[in-house]
Amino acid sequence: MNTFSEAALESARLLLGLDSHLLAIVALSLEVSIAAALCASVIGLPIGAMIAVRRFPGRQFIVVVLNALMGLPPVVAGLVVYLLLSRAGPLGGYGILFTPAAMIIAQTVLVLPIIAALTRQSIEDAWRDYEEQLKSLGVTPSRAALTLLWDCRFSLLTAVLAGFGRAVAEVGAVMMVGGNIDGVTRVMTTTIALETSKGDLPLALGLGAILLLLVLTLNALVLAIRDFAERRYG
Amino acid sequence: MLPLRLEGVHFSAGGNTLLGVIDAAFETGSRTVILGPNGAGKSLLLRICHGLIAPSSGRVVWAGTGRQAMVFQRPVMLRRSALRNITYALSLAGVPGVQRDARAMEALERVGLAGVARRAARVLSGGEQQRLALARAWALAPQVLFLDEPTANLDPGATRQIEAVIDEFDAAGTKIIMTTHSLGQARRMGDEVMFIHHGQVAERAPVKQFFEAPASEEARSFIKGEMPW
Repeated sequence: MNTFSEAALESARLLLGLDSHLLAIVALSLEVSIAAALCASVIGLPIGAMIAVRRFPGRQFIVVVLNALMGLPPVVAGLVVYLLLSRAGPLGGYGILFTPAAMIIAQTVLVLPIIAALTRQSIEDAWRDYEEQLKSLGVTPSRAALTLLWDCRFSLLTAVLAGFGRAVAEVGAVMMVGGNIDGVTRVMTTTIALETSKGDLPLALGLGAILLLLVLTLNALVLAIRDFAERRYG
Repeated sequence: MLPLRLEGVHFSAGGNTLLGVIDAAFETGSRTVILGPNGAGKSLLLRICHGLIAPSSGRVVWAGTGRQAMVFQRPVMLRRSALRNITYALSLAGVPGVQRDARAMEALERVGLAGVARRAARVLSGGEQQRLALARAWALAPQVLFLDEPTANLDPGATRQIEAVIDEFDAAGTKIIMTTHSLGQARRMGDEVMFIHHGQVAERAPVKQFFEAPASEEARSFIKGEMPW
């Protein structure tokens, strides 16, 4: 219990003190994970929607693989991206290993299946209701996918949020491809892992509290948007 | 584009025959009401005519090309304004962008919904949404309009409004093919009745003749309300 009360004090001190070093870590965490969630959304939303409205051979297999990849361990995503970006790897020439760019790529790989799979499910459920009407109006599959993405935009926020939540909370992938370099690639989760191993439990827990607070705020915001949209558009 | 011909149309699923074999033609001019109990295959027949479902065997043949539209029992509206729901349909139909708003407004006025053009379609009442669905069809200026029990979920007042709009389609020269299980609606809205029972056309006759002197045993019991539905 003592550690927790110390942690509460520590996180309050960290928050109130607005330590610039800490702010930089929090900012990088948000920057990397938001960028990853956005990249994964740009790719994953259309993929999920297309799978939802099209019927093609092997579709069931792709759905199963996509759903399974939602459980992709972050260290495995990190390892794959590490191998691609390392000196000897196919993308080694860009020299972005151990930079925030590499972390964004690793988290995008991690989060893409989550966003694509959840989008596929949402859009497929909506398509069941819309299919006859839209087909009657002469819609093409690509147009149907676009229409449904727009019509489900508020419920898809949850899919994007799930992706962001996964990204900001994971430590394995950013650790492997970022290297937890102080001032360069150190984010909240890698700091927590580091401080824990150094024995500074209050600081680690305090950071954890801030992380939770951020995620909580963001979720509340998205819920408020959804509520508003529900009342406005039905 | 009429007549629409069904040639040996048959539909089965999982080894059960749900429809047919049906040979029939729909001519221009008269309003056809497809009447029958729930589960008789009316909706399925309508969807096959409209091209939403392919028959297991047989052919659906149109005499020419032209526009057709369908209004469903439960209207499906997109999460956008009433007006934008119509312009969306016009855009899918290839109507140039500059004409869409005017055509959509004209259609909304036609069904008495011009006042809610900017309101979100999904927050409208059930009756208003169904009128919006009719406005969406109206804007497309179809030569044939299919309606699948368009008033099944509505109260008498809303039903009257819907039927009035359907009459306008008829007056404008659109061929009406609608399903219903309501005898009153069949009397009011039909010129001819196609009575479906267990997936078969049990009888087809002008509306007066159908109600005064039904030829088939099934139609007789249905009209007398003896069938348990």
